[in-house]
Amino acid sequence: MSVNEQALSYPIPNDAALDPPAEWAELRTRCPVTHVTLPSGDRATLLTRYEDVKQVLADPRFTRQLTAPDAARLSADGSGVFSSEMATIIPDSGEEHQHWRRLVGRWFTAKRMNALRPAMIRIADDLIDDMVKRGAPSDLRASLGFPLPVYVICDMLGVPAADRDRFSYWSDTLLSLTRYGKAEIEVAQGEFFQYMSDLVATKRAEPGDDLMSEMITAGGPEDGGLSDIQILVTGMALLVAGHETTANMIGKMVSMLLADRTRWERLLADPALIRTAVEESLRLDANSGFGLPRYLNAETEVSGTVLPRGTTVVCSMAAANRDETAFENAGEMDLTRSPNPHLAFGSGAHSCLGQALARTELQVVLEALLRRLPTLELAVPVEELERVEGLAVGGLREVPVRW
Amino acid sequence: MKVIVDEAKCCGAGQCVLIAPEVFDQRDEDGIVVLLEPEPAGDRHTAVREAAAVCPAAAIQLDEDA
Repeated sequence: MSVNEQALSYPIPNDAALDPPAEWAELRTRCPVTHVTLPSGDRATLLTRYEDVKQVLADPRFTRQLTAPDAARLSADGSGVFSSEMATIIPDSGEEHQHWRRLVGRWFTAKRMNALRPAMIRIADDLIDDMVKRGAPSDLRASLGFPLPVYVICDMLGVPAADRDRFSYWSDTLLSLTRYGKAEIEVAQGEFFQYMSDLVATKRAEPGDDLMSEMITAGGPEDGGLSDIQILVTGMALLVAGHETTANMIGKMVSMLLADRTRWERLLADPALIRTAVEESLRLDANSGFGLPRYLNAETEVSGTVLPRGTTVVCSMAAANRDETAFENAGEMDLTRSPNPHLAFGSGAHSCLGQALARTELQVVLEALLRRLPTLELAVPVEELERVEGLAVGGLREVPVRW
Repeated sequence: MKVIVDEAKCCGAGQCVLIAPEVFDQRDEDGIVVLLEPEPAGDRHTAVREAAAVCPAAAIQLDEDA
């Protein structure tokens, strides 16, 4: 693209709830490294090709130091989860990051998630019971999509699920691009921080059988553990991540599968496809949110374009996941696709820590819905589904269903 | 088929364990990959290939000729 051309606004406006913006295909083919203007007015460089996004996310020169003075601000007032001081407390790279990752990662292994599966199935069944009692139509987002991941992450962390409305609001403010003002965000972050400080103090006095207690009893940095501030921020990060992403994905996955009901029927006939259907839903999620921003600390080249040191890059995993050069019939939903090396959870050393948890939750929800509500269908035409606006994570405002 | 895993690269995503639990496991203390079967039987090759293809850290290498 020539320098005289006007930079594209990012996120790219899109009214369709489940379909990608037309610009993605064009950018991948003609302009895979393109200038965009963020909600803050700052410039960034958008990547949309599979190979580029995969390579950049795994390249340590593309850092998460969005607090650097010359890094692009995402939201108008420069606040938010990617640019806050919080983001600097968890080590960004190298051995320190690996140490942190391994301390926390032990809580998110496939084995642990399999052990949690029966409890997740019970939660899903209880929530579906309540939904059925209230009767159709029902908003699947409110009845099932949001509560299930929240109960699970609260239980893992050892925080009371009764406070979930507050967590939900604090999460939204942290993930805000345009929805909340700076003052509102600062107050919410202060409250969240205070809540977690109190929680750390309580857990220190009376440790329970949960992740927060275990991080505390592991000792400080001198004992190979984490500092208090790192424990606190890790708890906040896990609570936010465990809240919004899977919760939104449940609604989007079910909507995609019901949008063409032959997909739902195929799964009813062959529930063995649940695992690959979940992966394909993750790959095809055209409404996954902002993508991942990175700050480049050394000049490098991507797809033949030189990017100077100090460039802020935005990786659109959702655009990359529809790259025809990486996936056959990339625009088609193939419930049997395997292997499916999509980038919905990122790639490399920073790829999503909670991905085994997310996968297990999505599989459990899908299995429970197919088993309990085989006649499930969308209660509104797909065109009437509306996107959540103004946040860094994408979702649907409501998912009206009947059965 | 011979399987080689790179513990230093492994990010503990657990995809390999979810896909081919007979061949891969994770250490309880940090989630890092444990190779249970370096030379898996033929009926596991498809799953092992899928696990290698989707590993987000590219930490699984396969020698198909071995």
